[in-house]
Amino acid sequence: MRREGLLALLCLSGCSGAQTAFGGQGAEDANFIQLFTVFMIVCTVMYLLVSAALIVAVWRRRRTAMVVEDRNHRATSGFVRPALIGWTALIAIGLTALTLAGFFTDRSNARNGSHPQLKLTVTANQWWWDVEYDWADVSKSVRTANEIHLPVGIPVEVTLKSNDVIHSFWIPNLAGKQDLIPGRRTDAQLLPRKTGLYRGQCAEFCGTQHAQMALDVTVESKADFEKWYGAQLQAAPVPKTPLQLAGYRYITTRECASCHNISGTSAGGQIAPDLTHFAGRRSIAAGTLPMNTGNIYGWVADPQSQKPGNHMPTIGLKADDLHGIVAYLETLK
Amino acid sequence: MKSAAERAKLPPADVPRDGPNLTGEELETKLSTTWSNPPGFVGWLSSVDHKDIGRRYVITALVFLALAGVLAIAMRLQLARPDNDLIGAARYNEIFTMHGTTMMFLFAVPVMQGMQIYLTPLMIGTRSNAFPRLNAFSYWMYLAGGLLLWIAFVLNVGPDIGWFAYPPLSGPQFGVGKRVDIWAQMITFTEVAALAAAVSQTATLHKHKAPGMSLARMPIFVWATLVTSLMVIFSMPSVALASGMLLSDRLVGTHFYNPAERGDALLWQHLFWFFGHPEVYIIFLPATGFVSEIVATFSRRSIVMYPIVVMSLVATGILAFGLWVHHMFATGLPRIGYSFYTAASMSVAIPTGLQIFCWIATLWEGRPQLKVPLLYVIGFIFTFVIGGLTGVMIAAVPLDLQLHDTYFIVAHFHYVLIGGAVFPLLGAITYWFPKATGRLMSETLGKIAFWMIFLGFQLAFFPMHIAGIYGMPRRVYTYPAGMGLELPNMLSTLGSLVVSAAVLLFVVNLVISARSGRRAAPNPWDAPSLEWATSCPPPPYNFPHIPLVSSRTPLWDAGEKLPVVYGLRVEDRELVLTTVMSAKPDVREPSPEPSPWPLIGTVATTAMFVCSIFSPWAVLVGVVPVALALTAWFWPKSPAPEREPVIS
Repeated sequence: MRREGLLALLCLSGCSGAQTAFGGQGAEDANFIQLFTVFMIVCTVMYLLVSAALIVAVWRRRRTAMVVEDRNHRATSGFVRPALIGWTALIAIGLTALTLAGFFTDRSNARNGSHPQLKLTVTANQWWWDVEYDWADVSKSVRTANEIHLPVGIPVEVTLKSNDVIHSFWIPNLAGKQDLIPGRRTDAQLLPRKTGLYRGQCAEFCGTQHAQMALDVTVESKADFEKWYGAQLQAAPVPKTPLQLAGYRYITTRECASCHNISGTSAGGQIAPDLTHFAGRRSIAAGTLPMNTGNIYGWVADPQSQKPGNHMPTIGLKADDLHGIVAYLETLK
Repeated sequence: MKSAAERAKLPPADVPRDGPNLTGEELETKLSTTWSNPPGFVGWLSSVDHKDIGRRYVITALVFLALAGVLAIAMRLQLARPDNDLIGAARYNEIFTMHGTTMMFLFAVPVMQGMQIYLTPLMIGTRSNAFPRLNAFSYWMYLAGGLLLWIAFVLNVGPDIGWFAYPPLSGPQFGVGKRVDIWAQMITFTEVAALAAAVSQTATLHKHKAPGMSLARMPIFVWATLVTSLMVIFSMPSVALASGMLLSDRLVGTHFYNPAERGDALLWQHLFWFFGHPEVYIIFLPATGFVSEIVATFSRRSIVMYPIVVMSLVATGILAFGLWVHHMFATGLPRIGYSFYTAASMSVAIPTGLQIFCWIATLWEGRPQLKVPLLYVIGFIFTFVIGGLTGVMIAAVPLDLQLHDTYFIVAHFHYVLIGGAVFPLLGAITYWFPKATGRLMSETLGKIAFWMIFLGFQLAFFPMHIAGIYGMPRRVYTYPAGMGLELPNMLSTLGSLVVSAAVLLFVVNLVISARSGRRAAPNPWDAPSLEWATSCPPPPYNFPHIPLVSSRTPLWDAGEKLPVVYGLRVEDRELVLTTVMSAKPDVREPSPEPSPWPLIGTVATTAMFVCSIFSPWAVLVGVVPVALALTAWFWPKSPAPEREPVIS
């Protein structure tokens, strides 16, 4: 406990991880850090008390005469009973205080999401995230995958669903986790307070590639967010070079289109990540690989060796087809 | 000597019984003949001696501990570096599933039950269990379940869905193949085994206490056994129901957990954790029993505030059933309901805190001797309290939502289960080793192993708190570089290697000491409880005469000679039963002879359970051999001596 307290303090002063509960960039995570600190203090005090008592109890041996050898092994000193009462009272008061602190923090967290100005639906799949920005006017809605962009300072409500097994939605820098459960609808409230690039990850074991189910989170200014959102509303650009055209033809007419959607083309599959703005994302395959040309090649050529067990098959592309597909995918920004 | 049938016809007064006229060597020879196992391998398989069964339980559980420990090392090697590719995703998932399942179902609960089966009849001063054949059946079923799981793992059909097996991942749609069925059926085996042992323990502790050992005089370990046995009886049906419905979903096509057909995936979690949380205390409370016994003996005095310790045990046992939802804070259940489970979870700290107070007060008021068992107790307090306090942290919803399913939790429950249960267990094995083998363990090797385990444990598990807060989820086969996870993971791996070396040293000490350790007198530690009143190792009948108890610490208060009662038959297996509360002699009752039928019954049940994985009809066909085996098991072979009123 003691050592942990020190580390916690160290971390609070100089941590800038993209996936840490000690980040505090969201309202709920800031509450977490505050409450954690309170618990740490109380728990450290209790631990020091127990340790001190134990050390003294072992250290002071031989001074007592209430042992078998002195035929007095049932006697106890007079102060044991009041000490016990005091100890119990201390525990009870400490627990009550901590329970109340936890309760009021929970109330505060619940209030974060009472007036959401942006609504998202995140649907979990083995092993990727389907993300939809919901508006009453469908033409303003946007669908993307494995990334969310959020404007800073604006309360967001995220509706959570699952298409297969139980997953858990967790962006530690912003808030605690919420499970996505098939047949149920859960929700999470986010209130990002600082711009930055964060990382979320599935936190409930969901099968073979549970470890490679991450989510890129971008918290940006309202203007940047609107710029990004405007770009997302656009359909995919038309292929320009012959190579891009070959890739476009392959994707829209062969295996790819049965699972993937690319708006503005005939590729309309709905069971795999939307690729309309694929190349504008930070990573490939739910955080498995950083986005760059080499990794796109690697992924398209042999997804099963990059992320074994995932649902995208290795289909044995010819080199020409592969060059075309990658060239076309890179235009999807 | 007359045959059993002839003896049964004798008037009670003519039956040979122990007493002032039949004592010493003559008595011991007769009792040995009556209570020994039949000769040969079949006799060994037929044993219903609680000491044999308890020893088999403990040794088997330690083998499973070693196997699961090897898996832990494999996982730690994979996680030593980011993006490591020593073990692939699918294999890693099997390994952590096997590690958790083996540790929880095949090591932790059985090893505690094994210690209880071995020790409690000795501690309460009787010759046997209430249901010795059921006890034997319990062990064989446990062994069969463990073999099923591990043979499946070796044949590459081991489960890969976590030790908690949440549907729909474990359901028919996503858990294809037979991996999940094997897991669920292994649960059935261990449930049957645990329930059989618990029922036998409960009856034994209610009715077989030596005359005078009222509830208020029972050793605290015996109280812990009583509480955990009742907890097993109340919690196991829940997981039996859950795994039964899972098997039915998978094999018969029901939809209990299928949301598409209006089943509910969360139903599993409620049922599983209604069992799963009490299970933690089923593991932990016997350990507090070990601690209480060791603290008293090595502080050279009675435990301070015995009633408080006992009531804390009972309170923990009851509270354990009211906090399962704290495993489900992230599932979106109504927020206001969470408050109840937060408060209930926090309140467990009160009885636990009281127990810790009483142990420290006992050390304070006594004259502690720093022998190896007491070292483990001190290591236990330093370690377990950290686990308890992190438990208080994750009882609060806002903290749990961040820490849940991260390595912080992995650290928390290893502090609770290794610090809280395995440390006391290692102390207890050292403490009772002379009782079971007649030889003392090496103090020097014991101390080296203790310090290595204690320090190695902190190195292995403390950094996991940090890894969890830094965003490392549980059950991941790898993690990316650059998230601050490299250092804590490397430290954990190094620590795990130290711990495994230490455990190896502990085992070496066990083996060397069993062969050539210092010979132990009946009471090598000058301990107060009844198991130390008989020789090391105890004879098959435990005590030549049943002791008479008049205090909580009989061997410290009895002076030169422990008072005993007379009048049990010596040519038939007979026990004295006493009243539940005050342990007044009630009746004398025959105790079953050794029998191979519990083993044969296990074989029949195993055939039924294993075949039912492949066809539901196996249940229908399979009950026939089970019924035949049970009929033979209960077949009355000779007119048994009737229950006799106590002559006194």
